[in-house]
Amino acid sequence: MSAALTVWVRGIGLWAPGAPDWHAFRDIVADGAAPGEPGRPVADVLPANERRRAPESVLLAAAAAGQAVAMSGLAAADLPCVFASAHGDQVITDYMCQTLATAPAELSPTKFHNSVHNAPAGYWTIATHCHASSSAVSGGEYAFGAGLLEAATLAVADERDVLLASYDIAGTGPLGAMTSTTGPFAMALVLSPSAEGAAVRLDITPESGNSDTGALGDAWLDAIAASNPSAHAIPLMRALALTRSTALRVAAARGLDLHVDIAVAG
Amino acid sequence: MPHPMPPLAIRAYTATSALGRGLHAHADAIAHSRGGLSPNDFSVAPLACWVGRVAGIEDEPLPAALADWDCRNNRLAWIALQQDGFADAVRAARERYGASRVAVLLGTSTASIGATEDGYRRLDHGQMPADLHRPVLHTPHSLAGFVAAAFDLEGPCLTVATACSSSAKVFANAERMIRLGLIDAAVVGGTDTLCDSVLFGFNALELVSPEPCRPFDARRNGISIGEAAGFAILERPVDGDDAPLLIGYGEASDAHHMSTPHPEGLGAELALSDALARAGLQPRDVDYINLHGTASQKNDEVEAALVARTFPASTRASSTKGFTGHTLGAAGILEAVISLLAIRDGTVPGNLGADVPDPLCGPQMAWHGESADIRIALSNSFGFGGNNACLAFARAGAVA
Repeated sequence: MSAALTVWVRGIGLWAPGAPDWHAFRDIVADGAAPGEPGRPVADVLPANERRRAPESVLLAAAAAGQAVAMSGLAAADLPCVFASAHGDQVITDYMCQTLATAPAELSPTKFHNSVHNAPAGYWTIATHCHASSSAVSGGEYAFGAGLLEAATLAVADERDVLLASYDIAGTGPLGAMTSTTGPFAMALVLSPSAEGAAVRLDITPESGNSDTGALGDAWLDAIAASNPSAHAIPLMRALALTRSTALRVAAARGLDLHVDIAVAG
Repeated sequence: MPHPMPPLAIRAYTATSALGRGLHAHADAIAHSRGGLSPNDFSVAPLACWVGRVAGIEDEPLPAALADWDCRNNRLAWIALQQDGFADAVRAARERYGASRVAVLLGTSTASIGATEDGYRRLDHGQMPADLHRPVLHTPHSLAGFVAAAFDLEGPCLTVATACSSSAKVFANAERMIRLGLIDAAVVGGTDTLCDSVLFGFNALELVSPEPCRPFDARRNGISIGEAAGFAILERPVDGDDAPLLIGYGEASDAHHMSTPHPEGLGAELALSDALARAGLQPRDVDYINLHGTASQKNDEVEAALVARTFPASTRASSTKGFTGHTLGAAGILEAVISLLAIRDGTVPGNLGADVPDPLCGPQMAWHGESADIRIALSNSFGFGGNNACLAFARAGAVA
């Protein structure tokens, strides 16, 4: 059966605790380098004043997205973008719910407009002067797979390069106990409908059922993968880091996996 | 510019809002210019404003089999799904195509955050109270997860949460997936319900009117928030199909400000031209536009100018926020349904609530209800973050 969607990877970005960018992640995964100390994501794309006051979710998503676009050599202004996240900015949601329970009239207007799920997409398009379509999606526990399917679909359907970023931050407060997200992680890919300028091809085919992908057997990677729904991208990102052709499954919905064939040129 | 798209049949559609439950209630209210706004009586400390509230949600819990999903937002979704034979149409699509070939693509801005807010008001030793110990509710994906579970659908399942353009953009997601053969049908739409986050949030931004909202009125002073749910089933048309059609959509970003539209309406204009290009239309082909028209100063200023400079006087335009309030993430689907009713019934909804037209408005504005042959209708939806969407619909046979 031929793949439902074929896209090429033109750019990759990542932020994980101990791996502040894609190159650091590749050094850890492919060359055995030791993970570093977790720091604050560096989102160069945002203007300095925005970087200082941006919510954590925005910094995290923009850090990964900025790396992927830089690697692609494309202009962010021209790229439609899909920002996926299971839970959005849980720190802000926790603040909102706490404030509404105690002193609703004191709710911060800035926190409110930063609470929308498309805040990272909004800040990203403003910072990059991007007038293309932008979206903010969720798929709950399957947010990464749902976002990958949407971004690849958009790239093929509109014959355009597309930016995908998937991010989640650690939960906090009573909400955090419900979402069971324990740490931050973000990844980004620039997906292209054509092979030009890309070394890795992804053939993506939806398949019925959810298979248990199991642990990778690497304590650091497995801990990140278990920390939040966007980190379910870890097996794919590891395969990209190893630059090795392989196949894997990514859950995209209840009862729906994506079979992903990763083909590395030469 | 995008290529023209193959039209999609809208096999079934429905909406529930402050105007009532289902298509008949909406058509009747619009025909008689009878709005649904009422003084705000929502929440423990109601703000002095007007809201578009759906009656009876509090008294109608979900069926026992779906009790884990029970909350105001999913209740409203469930009520809407029971109208106009919509639930049966979903089951028929599942039967026809199979559970994995039907997608659930839904828009919402706040999903069931009302349940999370409720939990924080009743914390038990600092934790979510036992009755709300239901993780599926405390996430933006609550609505789409609920609808997929309720109909046992196993196709792609996506939440689009781009604030007030959310449930317009899902039509675009569906079109792409159907065109590429990933699915055969999609349940699209969305739901947003009244909650403290949006009432106090928009109040903090000083965007809420103390009176019923007055879209495009020179003296307008802010929005009225409403709640609504609406759904549609999209699939490929068959020969001789008489279903109304989705013929185009456009999506674009302002790249200007998180909570203020671009001063010249750049993103809105790009979304409009994108939609016209996909539909293969010129502005003169458009019979009716359901405007975003929130009654905020800036939105209406920008949108009025865009319509006035783009369309001939024969194109009729109105906002229906004066009927329903601004239903936020559900506005896209609610106003898509109202646009489909305009095509079905030959009614141009009046721009309820405005007495003194903003001088920026052109001759396109339908200040009062009109009768007209509506073959092609557009619906605008713009959201925070500068997120813009425009949908294009046609009567069967209206486009070649």
